[in-house]
Amino acid sequence: MPSFRIFDIAGSGMLAQSTRLNLVASNLSNAETVSSSLEQTYKSRQPVFATHLQTATNDLNAGVGVRVAGVVESPAPLRMEYMPHHPKADENGYIFKPNVDTLEEITNMMSASRSYQDNTQVITTAKQLMQQTLKLGQG
Amino acid sequence: MTINFKNAFDTHPKALSVWNKRTELLASNLANVDTPHYKARDLDFRAILTGAQAQTIPMQVTQPGHLGIRSPVDESALYRNPHQPSLDDNSVESEQEHLHFAENTLQYQASMTFLNERIVGLRSAIRGD
Repeated sequence: MPSFRIFDIAGSGMLAQSTRLNLVASNLSNAETVSSSLEQTYKSRQPVFATHLQTATNDLNAGVGVRVAGVVESPAPLRMEYMPHHPKADENGYIFKPNVDTLEEITNMMSASRSYQDNTQVITTAKQLMQQTLKLGQG
Repeated sequence: MTINFKNAFDTHPKALSVWNKRTELLASNLANVDTPHYKARDLDFRAILTGAQAQTIPMQVTQPGHLGIRSPVDESALYRNPHQPSLDDNSVESEQEHLHFAENTLQYQASMTFLNERIVGLRSAIRGD
């Protein structure tokens, strides 16, 4: 019978991808947030994926899941715009906008949703195989 | 004729366990499709099956101290060679994995069908109807 591990593995993939989708949503919705200093400005957030190292080292043949090792803020430069009449402009007349790359986020979103679908398909197939195995010898 | 379950089921239980293991590996390849530095892995079914079949003809053991040569079957997962290596060092190719996963599912179902037929056959032999 397909081991129950498959559900853990595919589930971990779904969890990681949905975290990624969450961050994409957060980045896109904050893409145009304006602030008056470098520190206060929203910075693009990106997930870092890593394999479950523990299971990978315990049994080299075992399947491994994925986890979100952390979320990092993009080091890309923020967008500075000279708008002296903007209510949020600093003393030099600049406003700051996040370093969110909208195109990049959209591609990220597509990739994440595809990977999420892959994992759901794996679960569906594993479930079917399991049900078949349970019916083994019944006719 | 004695009904011997080991003979009746042939290599199918072994094949099932290999397909099962392979499903797990392919699932982990698909789960790690976006993990940097992850290397896609797979099993060499042919090698494992050949190894398992070779074991069915053991060396003759005539003395208690004799050791029958049973070469251990190498069931370790191998790493896949990517057709198009990616920048982040990840060697999973989604379409390839899908292909193998679909194939693996069918193989599993085929083994299962064979096993099922054997069980049905044995049962009708036992019942005698």
